[in-house]
Amino acid sequence: MSLLEIKNLHVNVDGHEILKGIDLTINPGEVHSIMGPNGSGKSTLAQVLARRDAYHVIKGSVSFNGKDLLEMKPEEAACEGVFLAFQYPVEIPGISNAYFLRSALNAQRKFRGEEEMDAMDFLPFFRDKLKLLEMDEKLMNRSLNEGFSGGEKKRNEVLQMSILQPRLAVLDETDSGLDIDALRIVANGVNALRSPERGFLVVTHYQRLLNYIKPDFVHVLVDGRIVRSGGPELALELEDKGYGWIEQEAAAV
Amino acid sequence: MSTNTETIQKLAQQDYKWGFVTDIEEERIPKGLNEDIIRVISAKKNEPEFMLEWRLKAFRHWASLERSDAEPKWANIKYGPIDYQGITYYSAPKQKKQLNSLDELDPEILSTYEKLGIPLAEQKMLAGVAVDAVFDSVSVATTFKGKLAEAGVIFCSFSEAVQKHPDLVKKYLGSVVPVTDNFFAALNSAVFSDGSFVYVPKGVRCPLELSTYFRINAAETGQFERTLIIADEGAYVSYLEGCTAPIRDENQLHAAVVELIALDNAQIKYSTVQNWYPGDKQGKGGIYNFVTKRGACRGVNSKISWTQVETGSAITWKYPSCILQGDNSVGEFYSVALTNNYQQADTGTKMIHLGKNTSSTVVSKGISAGHGQNTYRGQVKILKGAQGARNYTQCDSLLIGDKCGAHTFPYIEVKNSSARMEHEASTSKIGEDQLFYLQQRGLKTEDAVSMIVNGFCKQVFRELPMEFAVEAQKLLSVSLEGSVG
Repeated sequence: MSLLEIKNLHVNVDGHEILKGIDLTINPGEVHSIMGPNGSGKSTLAQVLARRDAYHVIKGSVSFNGKDLLEMKPEEAACEGVFLAFQYPVEIPGISNAYFLRSALNAQRKFRGEEEMDAMDFLPFFRDKLKLLEMDEKLMNRSLNEGFSGGEKKRNEVLQMSILQPRLAVLDETDSGLDIDALRIVANGVNALRSPERGFLVVTHYQRLLNYIKPDFVHVLVDGRIVRSGGPELALELEDKGYGWIEQEAAAV
Repeated sequence: MSTNTETIQKLAQQDYKWGFVTDIEEERIPKGLNEDIIRVISAKKNEPEFMLEWRLKAFRHWASLERSDAEPKWANIKYGPIDYQGITYYSAPKQKKQLNSLDELDPEILSTYEKLGIPLAEQKMLAGVAVDAVFDSVSVATTFKGKLAEAGVIFCSFSEAVQKHPDLVKKYLGSVVPVTDNFFAALNSAVFSDGSFVYVPKGVRCPLELSTYFRINAAETGQFERTLIIADEGAYVSYLEGCTAPIRDENQLHAAVVELIALDNAQIKYSTVQNWYPGDKQGKGGIYNFVTKRGACRGVNSKISWTQVETGSAITWKYPSCILQGDNSVGEFYSVALTNNYQQADTGTKMIHLGKNTSSTVVSKGISAGHGQNTYRGQVKILKGAQGARNYTQCDSLLIGDKCGAHTFPYIEVKNSSARMEHEASTSKIGEDQLFYLQQRGLKTEDAVSMIVNGFCKQVFRELPMEFAVEAQKLLSVSLEGSVG
């Protein structure tokens, strides 16, 4: 069974049709990359998969692990294993990173009928992941994302992902605003999670990230439609030629 | 409709979890207020002459204010006229004899406490808390007297203090909040039926956290508590006050007065979790909580710290204040005030700097949800002689939904140019972004909201004694249910 199956997905935001018939299938173990110019609908797709309210599905279906994803609330989708690494992670004052993470992990474990993890078991598990992302332990007692630099926030997203261990990880421009070292660290975090049962959808502007996270498939999104799909070589071609030629091709169709 | 809104509306249907009425025989006096009633109250309590005189003085002042329509109207709260003659000013559960142990307590009363989750019995000893339970207006049980007596600490009902320690009462009662202080304080002084009294002698660190649970339980019975806490030179005491009340249709007036006195090098920490019945979702019913709380840092290096978590009451009118008289004395005020549905709160503090090098800290967190109106009103006054005074004020408001309001009235008056003042203020809204972020990690809407709000209040919660902090967080979550749109 495929992990994610999107069929003819049409989505409205504020009365405008942003996604105009997306078809995409991700099988367990696969890494898919969505590329495309600004405003093409990449982030919208990511938000819909995370079940954000303001994004109205007007047509089509999305099944996740055989279940209807569009019937799920955001927290249900999360508990079923959909994780979104946010493009702009929010700050929440007064809640420590560590406390938040354990609460989230336990909410998910509870949903799945597993036992909650106590602080004693959580700590070593948590420390391993911190090391992987080369994050300072001190950040963990600070408020969630508060006063974090752009790079720290993005790393924190990937840290959360490694702790929550989703079935499907959606990365929404996780590479934007990262310097080359941070990019490498983030990519390491993602690569460490690659496994035969986990799928990835990596949304990005630039080919750069894909040097570190090797995708199995690359899709080009233009004006709400996937206009071209291919292997990693497609990303290189885009890097080389830009999006212009594909946009023209798409317009000509 | 969005899923968030739906969940929230469902949650909003939940009723006040602590609403129930206990069936107990009551001893009442007729409704209304006049000098005869004052005499009856005083006589019932077998008070010495000075108390009666004091009450009468208060009553006469109050009556003159009432005649001249001098009920304070400046607060940012709205309510209909209160019929002061329609209130019964004294009610006490009937008791035939003095109790030797809890087993002798009316089982109805015991079960009420259990419903409230107040373990009056042995559990409290393990938790290290002595409880002087005020049921309606009269104290019905006092525990741990022995341990406190060993340390020389006096912790008893106000009535008992009047009988056994009249000199202390006479010396300190009304010395911080005089009978003429304000309308509600005058009323309280005239009719108060009971309350708590604490005296910590020189150099003694009170071995237990003192806690009193107040509870209104008689319909149409105003509750007028009086608390007096004295920390003698070098003494330390931490006092906890918490309350919940049963559902009532009529508005119930609650006008308490709390006086704290800290002498040289003494410290008093006073914590409150207030959860009186807030009224229903349409704003019907609920408690009017008009409270005067004030502490005097009389001695050098003394310190008074107020921490309050106000989630209940239809209307809250309350300004726990510090008079920083002694040199180097310290005043603190940490507050969380939450208004949901049609609740109104006008609360804050006064820090009056008289002594040299006095310092004060004010941290106020106001949360408004539903149609709630939340006002911070604070005054920092640095008088001429207060050389080197410092104040830090931080005042944050959090709005949930778009029908509520947050208001801030900070008054600053500085008469000594050496003063250092800092004032920070912020207003924020719980954003859809924050909620979605937490939900995306698997947290339910209500858990996400309470996590955000608890984070907002953290600075205040960490000032509370441990067991209260836990209770406060729970309370906040319950009070917030059904508040986000």
